[in-house]
Amino acid sequence: MTERVPVLQIGQILLVSIQTDLDDQAVVHLQDDLTARIVGTGADGVVIDISAVEIVDSFVGRMLATIASLSLLLDAQTVVVGMRPAVAITLVELGLSLGGVRTALTLEMGLKVLERSRVLRQGPSQELAESGLSDEDGVRADPAGQ
Amino acid sequence: MLAIAANDGVVRARQVARTLAQQCRLSLVEQTKLVTAASELARNTLVYGGGGTMTASLVDERGRRGVRLVFADQGPGIPDVDLALTDGWTSGSGMGLGLSGSKRLVDDFVLESAPGRGTTVTITKWGR
Amino acid sequence: MVAGGEGTTRLVELLTVRGEDLGADWADRVSRSLGGRVSRSEVQRELGELYTALLTALQTGSLDAHGEAFGEVRALLSELSRSRARQGFTPSETALSLFSLKEVLEPVLTGEDGGDVRAYLAFTKLVDDLGLFTIEAYSRTREELIGAQAEQLLELSTPVVKLWDGVIGVPLVGTLDSARTMVVMEKMLQALVDTGSEQAVIDITGVPAVDTEVAQHLLKTVVAARLMGAECTISGIRPQIAQTIVALGIDFGDIVTKATLADALRHALRASGVTFTRPGGSAGAR
Repeated sequence: MTERVPVLQIGQILLVSIQTDLDDQAVVHLQDDLTARIVGTGADGVVIDISAVEIVDSFVGRMLATIASLSLLLDAQTVVVGMRPAVAITLVELGLSLGGVRTALTLEMGLKVLERSRVLRQGPSQELAESGLSDEDGVRADPAGQ
Repeated sequence: MLAIAANDGVVRARQVARTLAQQCRLSLVEQTKLVTAASELARNTLVYGGGGTMTASLVDERGRRGVRLVFADQGPGIPDVDLALTDGWTSGSGMGLGLSGSKRLVDDFVLESAPGRGTTVTITKWGR
Repeated sequence: MVAGGEGTTRLVELLTVRGEDLGADWADRVSRSLGGRVSRSEVQRELGELYTALLTALQTGSLDAHGEAFGEVRALLSELSRSRARQGFTPSETALSLFSLKEVLEPVLTGEDGGDVRAYLAFTKLVDDLGLFTIEAYSRTREELIGAQAEQLLELSTPVVKLWDGVIGVPLVGTLDSARTMVVMEKMLQALVDTGSEQAVIDITGVPAVDTEVAQHLLKTVVAARLMGAECTISGIRPQIAQTIVALGIDFGDIVTKATLADALRHALRASGVTFTRPGGSAGAR
């Protein structure tokens, strides 16, 4: 009865796009499915697209934070992309800051974040080190990097 | 009146809250805040109150229009209401932001509860 | 209060017998009191409709200004007050349009029997009630106008500009209150999405003072932007404001603040990967 959100794989990246209003059970399923898929595929990046999501309450917020921490344990980076302004404002008011979750404005920018962190993990190249980017696993994306 | 007896009750509570918020012509941000608060409180009703109801209505007082949602359950109740409204306080497995967070998301928030007598939360969001 | 019956019948008589003359007299008085700012024909049209509606209502035998019978009269009065309020007439000028009807009716009263006086007294009571209604409608319109203007002002006073590819700027000028800060907050966050900018600079050089609430709103904006995947820099914090922030004990945490808009822009550009070079010189000042 509870629908399951599809988890798509593109190369080394798992993509989840939440398109409907999920009930709590579906959220729990998604968390389990994603964790299993990370282990099963050896993916090193997860993108969760929430651009169609109209509200993020503490339950979904906690799911996002948990997935981010779980994926780190499994050696994958999670980026949440496309959060709407109204959702962001509400989350701040609610008191959730999603510490530890990397975010990006768009799917494309999210993929870039993952790409950067992949390059860094495979050994920081001279060029990137000079441009001031540093790898900060577990800390949210800081484009300033300094 | 909407019964909140299972997970889909929480989803339906969100839908009802959104419909009323749109009828009341709340701004997008205000709508989102109200729906989020409804989601938190409906889940509380389900998880801590063992199920209950949400009564939703449009209200008109002193020239202001607003949306009022009343969540009621016959659960164990809350012994210390002030404590329950503190950030981070939780009796269950949540993050402890449900009550205190929803209070910040709406204009009026009234919590009535006593041990053994269930819990009623009334929230109102006024249009501008 | 004379409720229905004789009183109203006599009134209807008084008002109909010399209806044309009374109507013209009324229009004359009103148009004089408005000092020619509304044309005579316009006044005549407005009052003519009102006169007819008033008669129709009186013919039902009712004298209750808030009753059903006077629905049409009230609708016309609302419209009249609204147009007067919009054209900038004073409340007195607006209410006088109605009150002068009493003066018009006065000369036609025949003093012989007491019936006319009673009818007249009942009529003045009715006109007073309608007058109050007019003033209320007038002030409602004024409030709407003020509200609309305040909103327009908000729109005007909060521009979001593109400073560079991927960098938007929000120059704030004037006193910030809670409502305005919230509008800026929403507008800026939406602009981040619309322009795909990962950097925003909020410049408060033109802001004379901030209070705790406004400072909190600014902080929340920055946190919300981060949740969406963008970074904000706050520039132009004046010494007084810096002192307020410290005195109020507001924690700006790890939010980047810069003295000038130029510094903030440089910071935002660096953060988005732009490097600076001087022509002929060595690579960028770091």
